[in-house]
Amino acid sequence: MALITFITSDNETKIVEGHSGSVMELAVNNKIKGIDGDCGGVCSCATCHVHVQPEQWDKVGTPNEMESDMLEFDDNVSKYSRLSCQMQVTDNLDGIILKVAK
Amino acid sequence: MLNSLDKVCVVIGASHAGVNFAFTLRKEGWEGQIILFDSDPELPYHRPPLSKAYLSAEDNSQLDLLFPKQNYENDTITLNLGKGVVSIDKELKTIITSDGIVQNYDKLVLATGARPFIPPINGIKTAKNLFAMRTLEDAMQIGNAVKNSKTKRVVIIGGGYIGLETAASLKKLGAKVTVLEREHRVLARITAPEMSNFFNKLHKENGVSLLTNKNVTSIKTLENTNTVICDDNTSYLADVIVVGVGIKVNTALAENINLEIENGIKVDATAKTSDANIYAIGDCTSHFNPHYNRFIRLESVQNAVDQAKVAAKAICENEIIYDAIPWFWSDQYDVKLQMVGLSTGYNQVVKRVEEDKEKCLSIWYFKDDELLAVDAVNNGKAYVLGGRFIKGKQKIDKEKLMDSSVKITPISFLLN
Repeated sequence: MALITFITSDNETKIVEGHSGSVMELAVNNKIKGIDGDCGGVCSCATCHVHVQPEQWDKVGTPNEMESDMLEFDDNVSKYSRLSCQMQVTDNLDGIILKVAK
Repeated sequence: MLNSLDKVCVVIGASHAGVNFAFTLRKEGWEGQIILFDSDPELPYHRPPLSKAYLSAEDNSQLDLLFPKQNYENDTITLNLGKGVVSIDKELKTIITSDGIVQNYDKLVLATGARPFIPPINGIKTAKNLFAMRTLEDAMQIGNAVKNSKTKRVVIIGGGYIGLETAASLKKLGAKVTVLEREHRVLARITAPEMSNFFNKLHKENGVSLLTNKNVTSIKTLENTNTVICDDNTSYLADVIVVGVGIKVNTALAENINLEIENGIKVDATAKTSDANIYAIGDCTSHFNPHYNRFIRLESVQNAVDQAKVAAKAICENEIIYDAIPWFWSDQYDVKLQMVGLSTGYNQVVKRVEEDKEKCLSIWYFKDDELLAVDAVNNGKAYVLGGRFIKGKQKIDKEKLMDSSVKITPISFLLN
């Protein structure tokens, strides 16, 4: 079980509880604004972009090549960008704070 | 108007377009009823994985839902599943369902999609284990038929994306797969020869027999075995046949009430049809694309979702113009293909191969100096930048683009 905090681009904060699946699915199911996951989670659309807090980056890990290729030239990319469809909900993510990219 | 609880919005079709429309409509402030109808009995699901990950999964009990059931309840969206709509009365503003119920509406949304085209081939109706690939039921039946067959000989009629994805997925299930394509190359209608060659090679490497110039003329069936016969007198044995030769748009409901039809249900920039109370979204629509300056019809998730949002906003009097660069994707084996833009009308193709990576290339479609579209294979960078260049009508240095020693960056191919 993991409690995950989403902060949307208009600074709304929502804490949701996840057990399995991807972080994108968890966000979509909880209607987190700005996370659409149009492609269903196959790293094809980049509509689930989030920024991880720098101090929590180690909890999340780095993106694989396909994901970083999608992110590298995104207008809103940061050093701590991830596509949430490529992040699995595990106990390890408990307490994580994710800022939804614009 | 929005604050009226007694208003009713009826949506015909509960897939990507209809469902995303319903949730957006609620978010935009519609307080009345939202009622969806679909003849498919399943809780609305993602369609693209059906021919990809879902079909090749050992355990296909895990369905990829668009939204959990709870979300429909939370937003008071009524799902009538397994129930189609047979007619519309636009004067009375009512619809009649397949079980004879009359439902009134204030706003009606047609998200009727498309159905597989089954070509008039002799014997196609009596063939054993012959399926299209569009619904969950299709995917389950195909998967089960292959799993239950000892010899697992599959013939796929049609070498488009559906056919090729199905081929790759069934190969993973251990099937012996033959694809029969009528044109002289696969993906002929939608991509450049360079892409056809790439996928031809990819499927051959993976042991799929991919045959072109194969016009199927008849199917003969003896007990459980089909023989698929082509006009060059070749024939192929098949335990399972999958037909993937394109779609027919579901326009009958709209035609019957004389809505304007032109290669789909014609809608304006806000997804409104020729009737002020009726909108249409997704695969079934013919709509104007401002970037390409022409009416188009698209079969894609992007179009379904984006047009759904446009229609929901329009109904809630928050009008926006539908103006998107189309994008698509396809997964076959370990290859991810991402496409952005529309290549129709191209007169030049630039092929770019990334040197440092295996199976990483991109095809850039130009009409003279205008970049129209990009097909990117395992190349998210080319896909993202291609989309940006298309949208910004950036002029591209084609010499640099095809030179793999020039690294791909947001500025490396730009002409001033």
